[in-house]
Amino acid sequence: MDVSGLTLCAAAAGLAKREFSSVELTQAVLDAISAKDGEINAYLSVDADYALQQAAAADAARSAGRDGDLLGIPLALKDMISVEGQPCTCASKIMRGYVSPYDATVTERLRQAGAVFAGRTNMDEFAMGSTTEHSAFKVTRNPHDLNRVPGGSSGGSAAAVAGGMAVAALGTDTGGSIRQPAAFCGCVGLRPSYGRVSRYGVTACASSLDQVGTLTRTVEDAAILLQALAGVDPRDGTTLDAPVPDYRAALGGGIKGLKIGVPEEYFVGGTDPEVAACVRGAVDACAAAGAEVVEVSLPHTEHAVAVYYILAAAEASANLARFDGVRYGQRAKNPESVFALYAKSRAEGFGMEVKRRIILGTYVLSSGHYDAYYGRAQKVRTLVRRDFEEAFKLCDVLMTPVAPTAACRIGEACDDPLKMYQGDVFTAPASLAGICGLAVPCGRTAAGLPVGLQILGPAFGECVVLRAGQALESEIQA
Amino acid sequence: MSKYLVTIGLETHVQLKTRTKMFCGCSLKFGDEPNTNVCPVCLGYPGALPVVNREAVRLTVISGLMLGCEISRYSTFDRKNYFYPDMSKGYQISQNANPLCLGGGVMIETPEGPKRIRINHIHMEEDAAKINHYAGCSGVDFNRCGTPLMEIVSEPDLSSPDEAMAYLQALKQILLYAGVSDCNLEEGNMRSDVNISVRPAGQERLGTKVEIKNMNTFKGIHAALEYEIARQLAVVRGGGALVQETRRWDMDAGETQSMRSKEDALDYRYFPEPDLAPLELDAELVELWRADLPEAPAARRERMMAEYGIPAYDAGVLADAKDNADFFEAAALACRPELGKNVSNWFMTEVMRLLSESGRAVSECALTPAALAELVCLLEDGVINGPTAKELLPELFQHGGMPAVLVEERGLAQVSDSAALEALIEQVFAENPKTVEDYLAGKKAAAGFLVGQVMKLSKGKADPKLAGKLVAQRLARS
Repeated sequence: MDVSGLTLCAAAAGLAKREFSSVELTQAVLDAISAKDGEINAYLSVDADYALQQAAAADAARSAGRDGDLLGIPLALKDMISVEGQPCTCASKIMRGYVSPYDATVTERLRQAGAVFAGRTNMDEFAMGSTTEHSAFKVTRNPHDLNRVPGGSSGGSAAAVAGGMAVAALGTDTGGSIRQPAAFCGCVGLRPSYGRVSRYGVTACASSLDQVGTLTRTVEDAAILLQALAGVDPRDGTTLDAPVPDYRAALGGGIKGLKIGVPEEYFVGGTDPEVAACVRGAVDACAAAGAEVVEVSLPHTEHAVAVYYILAAAEASANLARFDGVRYGQRAKNPESVFALYAKSRAEGFGMEVKRRIILGTYVLSSGHYDAYYGRAQKVRTLVRRDFEEAFKLCDVLMTPVAPTAACRIGEACDDPLKMYQGDVFTAPASLAGICGLAVPCGRTAAGLPVGLQILGPAFGECVVLRAGQALESEIQA
Repeated sequence: MSKYLVTIGLETHVQLKTRTKMFCGCSLKFGDEPNTNVCPVCLGYPGALPVVNREAVRLTVISGLMLGCEISRYSTFDRKNYFYPDMSKGYQISQNANPLCLGGGVMIETPEGPKRIRINHIHMEEDAAKINHYAGCSGVDFNRCGTPLMEIVSEPDLSSPDEAMAYLQALKQILLYAGVSDCNLEEGNMRSDVNISVRPAGQERLGTKVEIKNMNTFKGIHAALEYEIARQLAVVRGGGALVQETRRWDMDAGETQSMRSKEDALDYRYFPEPDLAPLELDAELVELWRADLPEAPAARRERMMAEYGIPAYDAGVLADAKDNADFFEAAALACRPELGKNVSNWFMTEVMRLLSESGRAVSECALTPAALAELVCLLEDGVINGPTAKELLPELFQHGGMPAVLVEERGLAQVSDSAALEALIEQVFAENPKTVEDYLAGKKAAAGFLVGQVMKLSKGKADPKLAGKLVAQRLARS
């Protein structure tokens, strides 16, 4: 069977109607990986036996009368999400030999829903990067143009879905790590609101910004997956005990009657005109379909990238301190002291971008610099959050480009970290504010590269974002 | 020689009496096999997240209320970053900016009268792991890692090692009364760091501060302070200058040794712990805890004096250990109201002697408050005599039971029947004519011997007072 265009929704229907079994579906996904991933490099590891066992169990459960949207669906997981008994490399050499002794909460929820774990996807090391080139192991290629990056850090997950090697995938989004690769690869990427999905068992990059989310072919697929993931987790004190709505039921409301805010700061110079035109075109289509479009302002947007990189680096510098070679992972041979053990293990284990951020984060937290950097950044973060609160008084959702450009060529962004960081200009603000965002394809450049449109909604406003996303999906396709 | 003033402040880490660790569900059993009470959270595994132990919060609030602190309705956790093998995450979760309890104080007795030692604040934190050194290698035992601690930080109000001792003893007593900690020094339940400086009398500004770490016992703290004061005085009297530094107490060498100077001081890069939401305490809940607060030692002394008619000295000795006071009160309540002083006498002499001889706590012996009460009543009512009571007590202490039963079983009731005693007296006089003659010749002490013989003949059961009176009457007739 061909899984290259198969949506989660269609796969679930096929399984429910016994058109194919989970073992057949999973085998087809594994075959697709064998056939294509040599070129694309989306996956870091695939445990076919493990996946087929899960698939067989799902088939047996279905025969015994069990049902469910995710029962028997093969999914790809970003390699920083813990699965008991599997490696969790975070695309870093420092995790050499590490095997997770426990399931992340999202893993556990998917497992309980009967999902199959097809494989672990590549990423920028510890989610630090926007191209997946900062993986310590391999460079993932964009299925739409093998000379280009898939985006990042969840580039492996996006490429697996776009490349027809996964029905759907989980990623994580700190400053845009789901939305941007989704845009680059032409799939749907959902970053839920901070506190909507548990972070327990997901290796932390920047704790106050990280969220687990989905990479899928359709908005409906995102809604189905989010349904399984969302909800308070007693093991993650930052999840919110708010009721989980029926996300699928929120779909189908259409675009008519929605107030769409277009923030002027997201359409200034620096954005590729082709990208801006695609996004404008999609917004116009929404207006034509009955949405009300209003101009709004998010005045602190220009500071968001700086604030984001100060806070994210600060948190990451502490989060990555645990990788010291003492309990697990890369351990330097013959250190002359315990501090040499740390220094050598970390020097050997971490890549350049990770080291850069650890140094940056350590600096902004150090005494004498704290107030000027970390302290001030926290204050500006509050202003960024307020910008959105004000904007959502005027509209239901915001529509913006996901990134200033379409996918760049491999190697293009690597030498200039500042340029790479600037690419987060449209995604980082929503992360700082803790609100939800959805990337949906909205056209292609002349070169045939996908362009993504970002729909932002208020915190815990996933329903309206998904509704708008699905409406846009149908408007554009229509 | 000019006079110098000593200024001491204490930071006391107290282990809270919870069942589980500060941020995970691991058991806190002391003395288990190394690394058996561990989980991904306390081992600092990737993706693991802390969750605040609510019981630890409650115990810290109770402590704060007992010590007269103001309870922060809003407190936050911070990360204290440092690399050491005893800290699995590379940072300790502590409270720096907004601790749970503020202010408060402890009353101590000094030769100059009562003195209040102010408390700056109490904050919560997690303990580090224990490092064991072996020949050629070291091992880390993470069983202790994550143990809930509160750190009670005093103001620099102490002016001598004796005051420091008095403070620690008063603090320990209050915490034991509060039931928040076992305060077991051998198990490291209560550990203090001290800050100490000297300055010439009359100088307003405090002298150069030295911090001393690594003192495990009150005795060790006293010795370290004595040593350090002498060292500092020798330096300043010799015209030298002290350096601000951290020193460690070497118990075997009996001296403090420099660990690191101010220049080498660690920069802990404190910043708000993003994995934990701020701790917001419900005012009603705090009031509920306040209403249910255990009695403080000082209040108990006053109340016991009033309720049981015992002198201040007795009340002080009894209230010293909560267990003893509880036992005494239970016994006094089981007795007639006017016998409080008798119960107190018996407890403070005989029972406390048995306790110290056996090295047991009152909760560990077989004697019950009801048994002691009954013993005192039997004695007061003349059913048994003093020697019999003293003979019975060790047995009740060892094996338990009720004294009335033993008296009945063994026929230990004293003989108060004049006729029966007179028969014994006749026998004694007949058997000891020489002694009677001695008495009549003026050796008045001989009467005592005769009474003793009567007691012996009665197998100790004669009422000693009555026997004395009858012997005197018989001698008068001789």
